Amino acid sequence: MSTRAGRGAERDAPLPLVLVAGAVVALLLLPLAYLVVRVASGGRLLEILGEATTWRLVLNTVLLAGGVVTSSVLVSVPLAWLVTRTDLPGRRLWAAAAALPLVIPSYVAAFCLLGFFGERGLLRDVLGVERMPEVKGYWGSLVALTLATYPYVYLLAQSAFRTLDPSAEEAARGLGASPTRTFLRVTAPALRPAVGLGALLVALYTLSDFGVVSLMNYDTLTRAIYVQYRSLFDRAPAATLALLLVALTGVALVVEYRIRQRGRLYRSGPGTKRPGRPVRLGRWTAPALAFCSAVVGLFLVLPAGVLAYWLGRGIANERGLSVPWSEALGSLTASALAAVAAVVAALPVAVLALRYPSRASRTLERLSYAGNALPGLVIALSLVFFAARYASPLYQTLALLVFAYVVRFFPQALAGIEPALEAVSPRHEEAARSLGVGPVRTFALVTLPLVRSGALAGGALVFLSAMKELPATLLLRPIGFETLATEIWKLTQVGAYSQAAVPALLLIVVSAPVLYLVSSDRRFESGASG
Amino acid sequence: MKSIAVLAALGAALATAGCGGGDETLTVYSGREEELVAPLFERFTEETGIEVEVRYGDSAELAATIAEEGDNSPADVFFAQDPGSLGAVESQLDVLPDEVLERVDPRFRDADGRWVGTSGRSRVIVYNTDAVAESEVPDSVFDLLDPRWEGRIGVAPTNASFQAFVTAMRLAEGDEATRQWLLDLKELGPRIYEKNTPIVEAAAAGEIDLGLVNHYYLYLVREEQPDAPIENHFPDAGDPGALVSVAGAGVLASADGSEDATRFVEFLLSDEGQRFYVDEAEEAEYPLAAGIDAKPGLPPLRELEGPDVDLTSFGAEHEATIELLRETGYLT
Repeated sequence: MSTRAGRGAERDAPLPLVLVAGAVVALLLLPLAYLVVRVASGGRLLEILGEATTWRLVLNTVLLAGGVVTSSVLVSVPLAWLVTRTDLPGRRLWAAAAALPLVIPSYVAAFCLLGFFGERGLLRDVLGVERMPEVKGYWGSLVALTLATYPYVYLLAQSAFRTLDPSAEEAARGLGASPTRTFLRVTAPALRPAVGLGALLVALYTLSDFGVVSLMNYDTLTRAIYVQYRSLFDRAPAATLALLLVALTGVALVVEYRIRQRGRLYRSGPGTKRPGRPVRLGRWTAPALAFCSAVVGLFLVLPAGVLAYWLGRGIANERGLSVPWSEALGSLTASALAAVAAVVAALPVAVLALRYPSRASRTLERLSYAGNALPGLVIALSLVFFAARYASPLYQTLALLVFAYVVRFFPQALAGIEPALEAVSPRHEEAARSLGVGPVRTFALVTLPLVRSGALAGGALVFLSAMKELPATLLLRPIGFETLATEIWKLTQVGAYSQAAVPALLLIVVSAPVLYLVSSDRRFESGASG
Repeated sequence: MKSIAVLAALGAALATAGCGGGDETLTVYSGREEELVAPLFERFTEETGIEVEVRYGDSAELAATIAEEGDNSPADVFFAQDPGSLGAVESQLDVLPDEVLERVDPRFRDADGRWVGTSGRSRVIVYNTDAVAESEVPDSVFDLLDPRWEGRIGVAPTNASFQAFVTAMRLAEGDEATRQWLLDLKELGPRIYEKNTPIVEAAAAGEIDLGLVNHYYLYLVREEQPDAPIENHFPDAGDPGALVSVAGAGVLASADGSEDATRFVEFLLSDEGQRFYVDEAEEAEYPLAAGIDAKPGLPPLRELEGPDVDLTSFGAEHEATIELLRETGYLT
């Protein structure tokens, strides 16, 4: 099968590829199947859709997702530009520091922000004032979720800036366009796919987040789903609300797809890529540094500082502190397996969608996102339902936990692979095929090396997300299997923040090297090896 | 590639280690916090030689899990934070033997004998001792509705313990009185928290003066902040704000080792299992078995009179409580 290289069949996707990609997407859709089962068994669908509160929740959710996406883009794009295209002093250091908040779980971020800005926070003690304004609600959620998610946009924008062929911009300048006009007409459109994809990941994360909105007391669909699950024990209404989240995901996907289609650019090949001349900031250096300091200060130094303060308080109060090494090993193992599995699963879906574009292949790729705005609890319960009933040998094994991570974070693997695949012209593959090389060998010898950087980046994103994952981990882990996230949960549950600071800091420390690999200079980009 | 192979091997080893249960081990789903009850499980193993595997989680989420697992649930025992979670999976629980049930007062167990309370907790009003003198703290939740406390009260409407308190008020005082109370409280602009611990912390920080919580969280917060200016005030007997509820346990009907499972529940109610709450636990819950007194400093259990309500009915009443909390704007 794989040796057939008929010229006329080139646009038809090979059957094995279609089957594998189809099977992957079918597995990813299990949570949706579960929701349909639950809603069908008495979901009061119409009744819930008719309630005003339901639509208030939808509005709240959309406002929050829109706000977090906007603020993430506003923070990320200038930051990515500064560290890749200018002579900003210490830009490599800024580049790494700005990506680090990605390793802070959003619920930890929320705890830290409340611990600092909150009414009983450290800032109040420092200022010595009686009361602080309330930081909860919409704005508190917005800041905490921006902290936790802007690095998605930042990392993708950074890599887009780096892979952008400067000759297009130079040509525009040569033809007399002003720098602003060049940015708007040449640079911005080329960035659009990466920023759009990053924004999609931010939106999906925000839709699915429970930890932040619950601590900040802001009502969203996800919070309502948790409250339903936790208090009614009638699982059908929660399933109905979850389907609304799926519908919102659909809207986000359509928007992102439109953005992506408008900015399709191939670079001619890795060999011609070269760095552009850095922009001299001149008198803008000070404001640029102030901007970077503000972002890194608020989103990295502040939460780390609060954790360090709690740790110090624990030492002062002589609380038993221990370093959770075995929990760290648990996190690393499960997350690494999830990263590898997600990349392996994402490759066929990405290749099918981008190399054999058709309505069907695009739909399949889009469908793989469908369950991604679902809260971890819903995904966990859906897998409990299927595994306990139909795959009991797998139930409560590490394999199922890894599978749950893949279901939750699959788009992040795609987000790494697709831009890389998109940036490589199909002509390389066509050349190989025309020389009589079969499709599998072509993929292995030509495509894979070219997208290696993307696969590593996607794997790293999945890894980092899995390191932080809590709700699905709690319900699906093998009994006795502990991760750093479950350890943090266990301790914050009884208010032992000083003890919880240890696993939280350890989580940041062990995740950081992986992040460094993704964000550090061209080490993993295809150009370096070619 | 080598590292991937190593990881895969490690993963496989962990997977087999994780799913090796079934034969000699007892599987417990615990909604009670690991930090608090882990020593109890160790004691049980020491005493009986029965190994215990514990899945810790949120009580309600574990109840939902047991329901989704259906007859294939690996759980033998469900050890939950509240009667509501136990009630939610009642149809999957076995009836417990009389000698186990009779260790506790009938008000602390299921009327059909499917679950039994293992420790008690009283609703209290936690207060900041710098801001409020003990004599000023209301003796009834109905006296909370005073403009003096505007913006100074903390509640956790999404938390099961607050919801159980509202159920108690509904059953004791009627739906209308409860609705009015909730609306009047709302007028005072209460501060909303996720659960009990943050309320007690907020009281310690002076963010609020009074908080409606379970009594034992005070002791947990004192572990973290030894000098915190907080105390509990126990409302008058019969007040809905003085509800005494329980954490409890039940045996799954699908349990393959149901003898061991019953032995475990027996152990929880044995003198040793009950004395744990007096001698060891960081918090200070009430032992429920007759003849074992609570930690010094706590009012004795027999003096605590909540409203005259039946905890068994809380599961069935839950939906109406949630509905009321929605109508009055506490939940969406």
